[in-house]
Amino acid sequence: MANVRGVELVPCHTVAGQQKGDRTNMAENSKSAEATVLNTKVLKKLKGAFQAFDTKSDNTVDIKEIGTIFYSLGFFPTQADLQKFTSEVEDERSGYIHWDRFLPAMTKVLLEDKFPPISDELLLQAFEVLDKEKRGYLEPEELTNYMTKEGEPFTQEEMDEMLTAFTDEEKKHIYYKDVIPHLTLERKM
Amino acid sequence: MSALLFLSKSSAIRAALLIQRWYRQYVARLEIRRRCTWNIFQSIEYAGQQDQIKVSSRNYCKSVKTVTLITHRNLISHIFRENEICRDVEWERYFCYKSIDVPDSYTGPHLTFPMTFCGVSKLVEAFKHKQQLHARYVLQILGETWRLLRILPNISHLSSCHTKEITICGDLHGQLEDLLLIFYKNGLPSTEKPYVFNGDFVDRGKNSLEILLILFGFLLVYPNDVHLNRGNHEDHIVNLRYGFTKEVLGKYRVHGKKILKLLQKIFSWLPLATVIDHKVLIAHGGISDTTDLNVIARVDRHKHMNWSVDDELKKRRRLAGFDQSYGERKKPDSDSDPDSLIPSVQMVDLLWSDPMPQNGCIPNEVRGGGCYWGPDVTEEVLGRHNLQLLIRSHECKQDGYEFCHNRRVLTIFSASNYYEVGSNRGAYIRMGADLVPHFVQYQASRTCRDVGWTERSALQALRRQLFVHKSDLISAFREFDPNNTGIISPSHWASATESVLKLGLPWRVLRPQLVSSTKNGMVDYQEWMKELSITEPKLEVTHFLLETMYKNHSNLETIFRIIDTDHSGLISYEEFRQTWKLLSSHLKTEISDDVIANLAQSIDFNKDGSIDINEFMEAFRLVDLSGVTPL
Repeated sequence: MANVRGVELVPCHTVAGQQKGDRTNMAENSKSAEATVLNTKVLKKLKGAFQAFDTKSDNTVDIKEIGTIFYSLGFFPTQADLQKFTSEVEDERSGYIHWDRFLPAMTKVLLEDKFPPISDELLLQAFEVLDKEKRGYLEPEELTNYMTKEGEPFTQEEMDEMLTAFTDEEKKHIYYKDVIPHLTLERKM
Repeated sequence: MSALLFLSKSSAIRAALLIQRWYRQYVARLEIRRRCTWNIFQSIEYAGQQDQIKVSSRNYCKSVKTVTLITHRNLISHIFRENEICRDVEWERYFCYKSIDVPDSYTGPHLTFPMTFCGVSKLVEAFKHKQQLHARYVLQILGETWRLLRILPNISHLSSCHTKEITICGDLHGQLEDLLLIFYKNGLPSTEKPYVFNGDFVDRGKNSLEILLILFGFLLVYPNDVHLNRGNHEDHIVNLRYGFTKEVLGKYRVHGKKILKLLQKIFSWLPLATVIDHKVLIAHGGISDTTDLNVIARVDRHKHMNWSVDDELKKRRRLAGFDQSYGERKKPDSDSDPDSLIPSVQMVDLLWSDPMPQNGCIPNEVRGGGCYWGPDVTEEVLGRHNLQLLIRSHECKQDGYEFCHNRRVLTIFSASNYYEVGSNRGAYIRMGADLVPHFVQYQASRTCRDVGWTERSALQALRRQLFVHKSDLISAFREFDPNNTGIISPSHWASATESVLKLGLPWRVLRPQLVSSTKNGMVDYQEWMKELSITEPKLEVTHFLLETMYKNHSNLETIFRIIDTDHSGLISYEEFRQTWKLLSSHLKTEISDDVIANLAQSIDFNKDGSIDINEFMEAFRLVDLSGVTPL
């Protein structure tokens, strides 16, 4: 069995759901072999992340939340990765994913270490590639150009948010070396 | 050359991809933290609310018992005065403002009646500049409002129209900044700009009275275009606990009591619901499977209690010698109902219920009144009345609004930053003749994404909860530590904490932010308990008493205020003793007279032997001396 990475997790319980709904024991439901591959600690973390988005208390989550679930578990999938994952586990285009299909698919992800985290150094290198003249910063227009035209483009909203959060107020530049610790500090939470 | 360009282009793409991936992860984590913080606030709020309703209703009965013990006739008449056989004319004389003079030194706004648009705008401006309206004018506005409300029906019917949109606002909870923000963005109410305000105007925020005066002012000027629905907080018992009573008495020391009495009448006369085009129902809480608008339209709304009291109350009142006969003494020219002050199930459901995802209809135990209703009930009730949408408030939503039940139920909440700065946005609805709701969101604060600050507040509130349950926590920890080593595992710590606090929070995850005393990954709970400490109180009391007081801080205050019959803010030593007796029987613990006497002694008594409630409550301040500060 591969070394299962200790995953960071910040799950949320829906309080109302706990008081009103009748939650079936998920661990009991999954009698598949994959369930026994994961140790209880990791299983609990997956369960917690899943339950946080199971707003209808029926062991399903909206596919739109899959990205957030992945991120909360410490994975860094691309949008393409997410789409592939979703298409494999979605319940017949219902827009929802059931725990019974989620668990084996997630187990595979964990065992194969499919979406490893990105180190700070890699992130710094990435910024330096874009900063061709090695000024130590990027102009907002440059960053916008890259983020909205290349890779998996940002929406206008995402771009505006990023600029608001990371642009230095006085100089109007993005000093990426200062931004990186901010991003990685979040990860250690 | 071209190969180089190609290479650099593809590495740029890879770099961009990497940064995008990182950023999306960052945003997702922020969102999760925000949700977690949200759940902390919600769970503490509901836990507190549940307790409050139980204590309030029980104390209502117990107060009667206490009354017979100490034969405190003032208490009786205070609590049951709503059934006095005063005619309205006599009440009007009592509330008369004419004898109150406005001194020359008064720098606030002067009002003329009948109210005009200019008059109300002037009032809004004055409140914006933090001026206070003179008691004379307050009573005048309230008097006029009371007179108007008495001729309004239980359910208002509006028609939408192509030239003007209706604006619908949810809970405001005394947050004047939000109301001013709405007026700023949307315009003041007028014939061209009709408004519906869906209850919970008061409590919690510190400008409940200003909000009421503004809303009543506009109601007086545009009675056909401004509609107020009653919320569960438009109730004098709820106000005792959640701050409105305190606000009024603090601002109007001489006339506060009269103002509160008049407000009590006004609240009971507030309409219950609004219907637009016979298609959209607007009510504060929601519905139940028995909701029938035809029945609701016919009740005498001012004669019914707003909240749920069980039959116990009626029984106890009879035992205490107060049967409902005082209500039976009829007014000569009216047909008063001998069952005054009984709860109306239809009304309670309308003002207290919450939607739930599952089908069915079950009692709302969290709130202690109303029910939880499911999507099937929504379909049935809306279908039965030929309605297409239910708009309600009553629950705080992160984005200010939220649909549920297949978009047939819409929650609208207009108090932004309700729990803390940054906790949520407020919103209001604009609706035209097509009856499609459009939303406008806002947040009355500088920074919107300040999750860190809100989070720290949530954790602070949580630490307070942990502190007040110290004794129970230690017992729970000891169960996992039979050899009394003082150390337990993090998962045992989490189970024990949840079993005591019952907040349904992810304790394992929160642990690093709450507990710093860990040894080799284990929790040193004895060390931790010492961390959660408070400053030296000015009173010499045992820890048990201290803990009891903290745990029951709000209950204590509520009881004090019920006993403080003349709303003076002072209670006598005897009343103080009775309060503690009441509390100790509620808690099923023993607090001896000696202990109470010592407690009373160590309080800085005013010379006349009475205790100032506010001073007493302020004597305690929980300061977190632990070194654990979150990011």
